[in-house]
Amino acid sequence: MQVSAETARETATLAGGGIIAAIKESGIDYVVSVPDITTSEGLLRPLAKTTKPRLIRVCKEDEGIGICAGLAYTGKRALLLIQHTGLLDSINAVRGVAVEYALPICMMVGLLEKEPGVPPRQSKRYGVRIVEPVLEAMGIPYHEIETDADIGKIKPAIDDAYAGSHPVVMLVGRRPS
Amino acid sequence: MMKRDDCLKALARHVTDADIVLPVYSTAFDWITIRPHPLNYLSHGAMGLASSHGLGLALGRPDKRIIVLDGDGSLLMNLGTLVTIGEVAPPNLYHFVCENGTYEANGGHPIPGRTNVDFAGFARSAGYRAVHAFTDLKIFEQQIGAVLAEPGPVFVDLKIVATGPQERDYSRIHGPHVRKAFREALAAG
Repeated sequence: MQVSAETARETATLAGGGIIAAIKESGIDYVVSVPDITTSEGLLRPLAKTTKPRLIRVCKEDEGIGICAGLAYTGKRALLLIQHTGLLDSINAVRGVAVEYALPICMMVGLLEKEPGVPPRQSKRYGVRIVEPVLEAMGIPYHEIETDADIGKIKPAIDDAYAGSHPVVMLVGRRPS
Repeated sequence: MMKRDDCLKALARHVTDADIVLPVYSTAFDWITIRPHPLNYLSHGAMGLASSHGLGLALGRPDKRIIVLDGDGSLLMNLGTLVTIGEVAPPNLYHFVCENGTYEANGGHPIPGRTNVDFAGFARSAGYRAVHAFTDLKIFEQQIGAVLAEPGPVFVDLKIVATGPQERDYSRIHGPHVRKAFREALAAG
């Protein structure tokens, strides 16, 4: 029996362990986070059990932008793990700190309630649909992390952000296992 | 009540060449006149974030004292930072707020709750190791050296009078040359 491409996309997997391994391989020293339901179990909870990278829990996402900036000046690598609602809430901080100051602010963003296998722009959720156009308007590179095949994008994206001193966003489109 | 520039001059006598100082808005313009130095971290990108930048610096450079000179309006925009700093508890972070009850850089309008807000109380309940409030310059001058010798995070509320209009050339804070100078000075030691 043939499986449709749509069904294959919907049933594909995304291994949280693979993402965490990629984060570690990228030399991330700190994960700064406000909890997000998409990444809660597959990423944040296991990351909370490790000492490297060290988890810093923040009250609001724009705080995390500032913390990551301060760390960047000291040569430490950080990853801001948040929900897309928090990204949208932090647009001014991202504008000022990450874009205008050209700092390597690396963000891993869970797309709340995005339908698995559906491209973000085709989601039924308005908040999800606008994320990529907003990032494009701000000139921020982004990568969709939807299936295991996308995990290989993570380390090059982070390395490129630090090499070129610019922000990057990785959009997690389904709940990692 | 004290004058901000008097407080900053008293503080500057205890700041060393190794210290990183993050002043905001009106305080920044006073500070860079009183203590021009490449380790002044002036570019915060968005109002309220100075202490968050400071926390990142404190984590990344535990060998240095990080001195944040916040404003009361700025701190109100990011009150959660007190809780985050209280939990992370960096021993090298010193968080001052210059409390004059106004948004001085934005027209001098009053901050919400100016007669009720207790910044020192916020910091204390958020878990800062030490919390101080000063209304008298002489006492501040006597105690500031000891305050900066305490393990952090330390919070200091400076009760100051609002000052009038100030000449502000924001390129002195946000210009790329400022960040380049800071980056180079930090890399050098």
